[in-house]
Amino acid sequence: MSQRFVSHAQAASQFLTDEARTDWHDETLWFIRQKRDKSAHALPEWEALRELASGIKDHALSELSTYLTQFEQNALANGIQVHWAATAAEHNQIVLDIIRQQTGPAAPRVVKSKSMLTEECHLNEFLIKHGVEVVDTDLGERIVQLRQEAPSHIVLPAIHLKKADVSATFQQHLGTEAGNEDPQYLTEAARHHLREKFVSASVAITGVNFAIAETGGFVVCTNEGNADLGVHLADVHIACLGIEKVIPRQEHLGVFLRLLARSATGQPITTYSSHFVRPRAGQVMHIILVDNGRSTQLGRPEFRNSLKCIRCGACFNTCPVYRRSGGHSYHNAVAGPIGSILAPNLDMRKNADLPFASTLCGSCTNVCPVKINIHEQLWHWRQTLTAEGLAPPAKTVAMKGMAWVLGHPTVYRLSGRIGRWVMQHVPALVNNRLNPWYKGRDMPSPPTQSFGEWYDKNRSRV
Amino acid sequence: MMRVALFVPCYVDQFYPAVAIATLELLEQLGCQVVVPRNQTCCGQPMANSGFAREAAGCDQNFRQNFGEFDHIVCPSGSCVLHVREHNPLLTGQVWELCEFLTDVLQVRALPHRSGRPLRIGIHQSCHGQRGLRLSSMSERNEPYFSKMEALLKLVDGIDITTPARPDECCGFGGTFCVTQEALSVKMGKDRLAQHQANQVDYIVGGDMSCLMHLEGILRRQQSPIQVRHVAQLLVDHAL
Ligand code: SF4
Repeated sequence: MSQRFVSHAQAASQFLTDEARTDWHDETLWFIRQKRDKSAHALPEWEALRELASGIKDHALSELSTYLTQFEQNALANGIQVHWAATAAEHNQIVLDIIRQQTGPAAPRVVKSKSMLTEECHLNEFLIKHGVEVVDTDLGERIVQLRQEAPSHIVLPAIHLKKADVSATFQQHLGTEAGNEDPQYLTEAARHHLREKFVSASVAITGVNFAIAETGGFVVCTNEGNADLGVHLADVHIACLGIEKVIPRQEHLGVFLRLLARSATGQPITTYSSHFVRPRAGQVMHIILVDNGRSTQLGRPEFRNSLKCIRCGACFNTCPVYRRSGGHSYHNAVAGPIGSILAPNLDMRKNADLPFASTLCGSCTNVCPVKINIHEQLWHWRQTLTAEGLAPPAKTVAMKGMAWVLGHPTVYRLSGRIGRWVMQHVPALVNNRLNPWYKGRDMPSPPTQSFGEWYDKNRSRV
Repeated sequence: MMRVALFVPCYVDQFYPAVAIATLELLEQLGCQVVVPRNQTCCGQPMANSGFAREAAGCDQNFRQNFGEFDHIVCPSGSCVLHVREHNPLLTGQVWELCEFLTDVLQVRALPHRSGRPLRIGIHQSCHGQRGLRLSSMSERNEPYFSKMEALLKLVDGIDITTPARPDECCGFGGTFCVTQEALSVKMGKDRLAQHQANQVDYIVGGDMSCLMHLEGILRRQQSPIQVRHVAQLLVDHAL
């Protein structure tokens, strides 16, 4: 997964070379957006719920240290072991230490349910490097794991794959029949394969959707029940939690659970909302609170409320760019519009292209269940990145030149006339392959006079 | 008589003078005294959306010099209006997008003329006008349906308004996005057009010539008979 760097624009044009497949990807995700609309629009209180959720998150973020401390105290009182990790590396090391401590030198087997945080920290690669077999148990995640790919969507990790791709992958890794694309058959094969992994695992890792300060408990949402199955069979449960996931009270859960599933897939509720409060007899439960750049983001006023995200994926499904460029074009664990405002916080230089992978259409902001002003943050990141000198030099020169022309009315009028004259008399200067506009579009036909010139001629009052 | 200043976006001035003329004449037909400050250039949006808002100080200053004295500034582009409203701190008067000025300020409930030739049109709601200025409801939100542009177009006889399958999907113009992400931009435009083409429209009508210029470029490349028009061109009485 550490290939040569490919910018979003390059990856997008690559993705678009297979137009039929792009259309399929677009339509599949649009279908999910429509399911979301149907269920969101069926709730008269939808907009009020969004407002409420946004308010709770704003409040929680403004008192984050208080709620985290409260959560820690209550979790400890419940018998959960609590760890703090400032960085991805610390997080990974803590996980490895717990596993080693548990299983000793024996080759440990670990099952993991979906957690974008562990993707962000590249936990799998780290564990495998240290001899730990870690199996993703979410069906979509298992598929991409077998293919040695990253998830392309935070809720639907294998959404970029067609049935035929899954069939081929399973044939290769699980020995299913060649060419059998029956979803029932393939799912059954995955089930048998995963069952064996579940039964033999001694450690189960999960993510966390919501941590409740008041109770010290936490909630994990899955549609497949794989988090439960893993945790109930293993002796050790490690839950990995981004520090922004804490909410003050148990009663707030209702607000988020109603919004989350509807926004994600249009379901009224996720199939399994698993509440974990204390370890069962004989089980050890760990929770790792991870910062990894979150407190930095909290300190950036324009970007702090990106931490309200509940990872529903609605902004992905609605994004006309994401639907036509695919998750891998974002070269970040979290793709899509929200990924584009989280990624530069982790690495500005590497992710400087992402805030530009948008038309600023604003659909994301309005679909977001916690009212993150995503498209405005994309705009702010653009300002920040160019100020840091991370814009391509040619663009900087062009923008400065343009600003100068447009700041001087006489120069502007003259350049307009010259430009239109050139387009009329030497069209080959603009109608050529070097002009990216012209590649897929004709240029507008230049009029003989601008509005200003027409006005002077026809309406001049002097 | 209401005195208004006409703010003509730079690309409309240079490439679509007919749209600016239609806007001017429409406002006059509706009883406004329209002033066109002659030293106007650009609102600065192209720089700002590319991450160079700090370079747009000259534009902001020039904009204020031209428009500072007016209470009402009207512009036939939602995108430029949104930019000025959100990012030009120097302005005291109110900047209006043409449709909202007609429905909210002039409260136009009838046009001086009602007849046009029979036309089948598709409305292109530009994102900045729609979601930024709230010129119409949007499919993301749970809210009652409204559209300021549609309400105005309904005042002209003979216009058959169709709705594309995805009513408010972005066309892919996006300012410099249209060249920095050329492939995506063109694909988005083609998809948008396909939805209007399925409705067999004569015209695609919008409030932002930037989006329409992009769509027009693809239409011409496809040698499609469909034309793009600014809403002002359908509302103005050409016979007057
Ligand atoms: S930013 Fe909003 S819409 Fe996007 S994943 Fe997060 S909560 Fe969902």
